Order: sequence, then C-alpha cells, then structure tokens
Amino acid sequence: MTATTTPPLDLAPAPGAVPLPRMIAAQTGYEVRGLLRNGEQLLLTLIIPVVLLTLFSATSLLDLPGRRVDFLAPGVLALAVMSTAFTGQAIGTGFERRYGVLKRLGATPLPRAGLIAAKTLTVVLVEALQAVVIGGVALALGWHPHGDPLSVLVLLLLGTAAFSGFGLLMAGTLRAEATLAAANLVYILLLAVGGVVFPLDKFPGGVRSALELLPISALADGLRQVLQHGASLPGKPLLVLAVWAVAGLALAARFFRWE
Amino acid sequence: MAPPGDCAVEIDALVKRYGGVAAVDGLSLRAGRGEVTALLGPNGAGKTTAIEICEGFRRADGGTVRVLGLDPAADARALKPRVGVMPQSGGVPGTAKAGEFLKLVASFHAAPLDTGALLERLGLTEHARTAFRRLSGGQQQRLSLAVAIVGRPELVFLDEPTTGLDPQARHATWELVAELRAAGVSVVLTTHYMEEAERLADRVVIVDHGRVVAEGSPAELTGAERQLRFRARPGLGLDELLTALPAGSAAKESPAGHYLVEGDVRPELLATVTAWCASNGVLAEDLRIERRTLEDVFLELTGRELRA
Repeated sequence: MTATTTPPLDLAPAPGAVPLPRMIAAQTGYEVRGLLRNGEQLLLTLIIPVVLLTLFSATSLLDLPGRRVDFLAPGVLALAVMSTAFTGQAIGTGFERRYGVLKRLGATPLPRAGLIAAKTLTVVLVEALQAVVIGGVALALGWHPHGDPLSVLVLLLLGTAAFSGFGLLMAGTLRAEATLAAANLVYILLLAVGGVVFPLDKFPGGVRSALELLPISALADGLRQVLQHGASLPGKPLLVLAVWAVAGLALAARFFRWE
Repeated sequence: MAPPGDCAVEIDALVKRYGGVAAVDGLSLRAGRGEVTALLGPNGAGKTTAIEICEGFRRADGGTVRVLGLDPAADARALKPRVGVMPQSGGVPGTAKAGEFLKLVASFHAAPLDTGALLERLGLTEHARTAFRRLSGGQQQRLSLAVAIVGRPELVFLDEPTTGLDPQARHATWELVAELRAAGVSVVLTTHYMEEAERLADRVVIVDHGRVVAEGSPAELTGAERQLRFRARPGLGLDELLTALPAGSAAKESPAGHYLVEGDVRPELLATVTAWCASNGVLAEDLRIERRTLEDVFLELTGRELRA
C-alpha cells in the first residue's frame, strides 16, 4: 500500500443524490452487463431456447401440428420469458439477498422501488434481446408469423409480470440454495408439461385441462393463437396470465424479505 | 458529551429484542459531529444491532434514535445520501467486479469521490477488474470501506472496519479514518481492538449486554492512575512489601514471576519497591511505570470469561 505517495482525496462532506431516473438507469446498466457476462444465465436465456428451436424445427424428432417452426417459435418465446423473468431473476435475486447485496444497496440513495424498477427494466431489455435472437433464428428456419404485434406485446408483458412475481416471491422467501434448486426444477417441469415444445394435446383430457391453467401454457398457447393462427387478444390465455400476475405480484409484495 | 441537537447520532434508552432476549437493553449514547466515536464491546454486546438501527436496517422495540437530527426509519430517503455504511461483511455481489460496483454506488451520488483515486488510495487499483468473491478478505473489507465513503457522506458507520486486515491495511484504514475526521466527517465505528479505539476515537463507548458500561475519551477511561510492573523470580512473599507501601496500594503476582503494584505511584513508592527488591536479593527486570490501558479497563468492566 502506498498511502503516503498517492494524491490526497477531498473527503470533505458533499452529500447528495442524483435524480431517481439516473439512479435507475445506472442500476439497470449494471444489471444488464452482469447478466450478459454470466455464462449460466446466457445458457438459460439464449442457448437452450435457440437449441430447442433449431433442433426440433430442423428434425422430425417431434410430431408437431402444422409447420414445425410455426408451432415451436411461439413456445420458445414463452420459454425465453420464463427463463429470464422467473428462473434467472429468482436465482440472481436470491443470491443477492443471501450475500447482503440487497441490504447494502438499501444503504445507498437508490430506493427499493428504484431497485425493483431497475430489475424490471433489466428483464424487459434481456427479453427484447431474446426476442430478436429467437425471432431471427426462427425466420431463418422459415417461420411465418401472423397476428397483430399489440396482442403479442400484451401477452409478453402479462407473462413477464406473472413470472417476475413468482420469481421474486421465491427469491425473497426461500434460502438461496433452495431457490436455485426449485427455480431450475420448475423451469424443467414447465418446459416439459407447459406446451413449450411438446403439444398439450398429447396429454389425457383431464390432465390437459389442468396443464392449460399453468402460466407457461397460457403464454405459449396465447402466443401460438396469435402468431400461428392470427388471433387477436386471445381471451382465456390473457385471463389465466392476469390471474397469475396479480397473485404473484401480490404475494411477492406481501412476503418478500430483503435480508 | 456533545449537547443535544449537535449530535451526529443520538440514542436514547434503545431496546431491541430477538425472541425474548434483549440484544440492546436500554442503550443511550451520543456521538458528536465531526468526532470519531468507537463502540467497544465483546461479541454479542449489541454493537451491530444498535448500529443497524441507526442505519435504518432494523426497527427499535423501544427508545429513540436520531441520526443527523432525523429519524432513520421515517426520514430514510433524506438520510441515505448523507450517511455512508460499511457492514460487517459482504454486501457486494460475488460476481461483480470490484471497480464496477464502486462506480455504481458512486453514480447514485451528486458529487462522489473519484473512484480511481479511491481504489488507488486503498491499494485496490490492480484488483479493480477482479470479481469480488476472488478478492482476499482484507481486500473485500477495503472495497467495502471505499463503497461507504465514495458518496462523500457527512457521517459514516463502520462495523468492524479492520477485522481480518493485515497490519499494513489496518494502518492504511486508520489513516483514512483520521483523514475523514480531519475533513469534518463524523465517524461511528465498532471494534474489538483496544488499540484501534485508543488511537482513533475521540470518544469510546464500552458496551456490554446491550448497555453502555462506560464512556469517555480514551484518557478519561484509562484515568490518571499509574501502575508499576516488573519481572522477578516467582513466589516472592509480598507481605513485607505491602506493609512498607503507602496505604491504598496493592501488590500482586500474576502470572507467576510478573509483579504488579497499583496505587499512588510516586518516586517514594518506586524507592520502596526497589529497596524491597534489594533486601530480597532480587534484580527487578523490565521494571516500568505505565498508565492503565484501555484493555485493562475493558476487561475490568466486561469480565474475563470468554464470550460466544
């Protein structure tokens, strides 16, 4: 340490916070950079969805209704939303809580609402990146999307709200290790039984009706109704997602513990 | 003691319970503006709990706390930019690069310190791009200190700032605390290290079982009282010495071969002791007259039994 040779620091108090939007922008930039550098996160958010899309579009491993890529692209978009808003957010925030990062940020001028806003913006930005990559790969595989962009946007936002609510609920209540295990388990289960790549009509009728109430099935089905079949604002998927979103965000707001 | 209203921190009859147990049990103290106040106490004394209530992280079960004249819970928004916090450990994402996290916190503040200069000052320049979890314990501590002061606060809380630091890093931290004080920043720190409290603090508050057991400047706490120590062969009979010493003096052997004489240490007393040594054919080694240390005071007040 060369404390005596370094220039003096002006330690005289000069406290003050920058305006809230600037704090949120700084925190968002920091979180996005962190995510893009994190290999496990990229595997979850980009590599797995692109591999599933490519593998099952380019091969006839799965017996899918209609053109394979037209069935798969909406399901993989739904998976991308779940991976970022739920799995990635639950694990990341769970470990931040465990290591006292949330508490430490709580001692800075960034208010909690600002931190939540930054985390939400981060999720939305990463999802936009996922949509561009997945959409690009799907188009290259011959995808012909239909439907109006507004319906797609509403479905994606409601899905994001639902998954974020439950991701934060898990991160804010369970131990970080438990969140890591549970979030990955839920991801795999919902990937398997949520109509992402495996069509729900392969399941028996009763089971199928229950599975259709899952947020991932509602999002995948809703996106398919719009992008594959040209529907506009599909009622049942939107209703299911809205219920999950309200429940998840309300529970997270009630039970989230910061440390 | 600083007058009310001119305090960086003012705690009155603070109570905080966990389960049925009071971690803080009627603690009152004042930390003056522009001063360094050290909370000294054994593990579990309630120091961290008291500090965390001041930082707004915990709610009190009783009593009042004012920080820079404000309520740490109700006025949190106004206080955060003015108060720097260094928690006991962690608080930085393990994967974050050291310099990046410091820059993030700096970016929340209107007139932050230059992060490059701060890192250099704390010997962290070459670790700016290292992930936090790969830093050594001492480097993590220093980064945490940097994060606490980067916003140029009026008041900083440092919870055990030098625990786990090597001597060089400890001295660099002490220098920085002294500079913060010179620049007019109020500092409240907790520590186990007597030397740290003795060197840095204007006021030392000794806390045990959630209460203040003594407070004052290091000089006030150690008092004007002197004592005389020497080494000699073990098992010397002290009765003869005790009768020769002035009333109110005490002499004991602890541990074996180490003798301690307490009382009004004047030249006459020294002469009495050396005369007694001579009559016993003893050469007193390492004979010295010293003030009580803060450690003596501390152990006297908080006992010698080990704490969990």
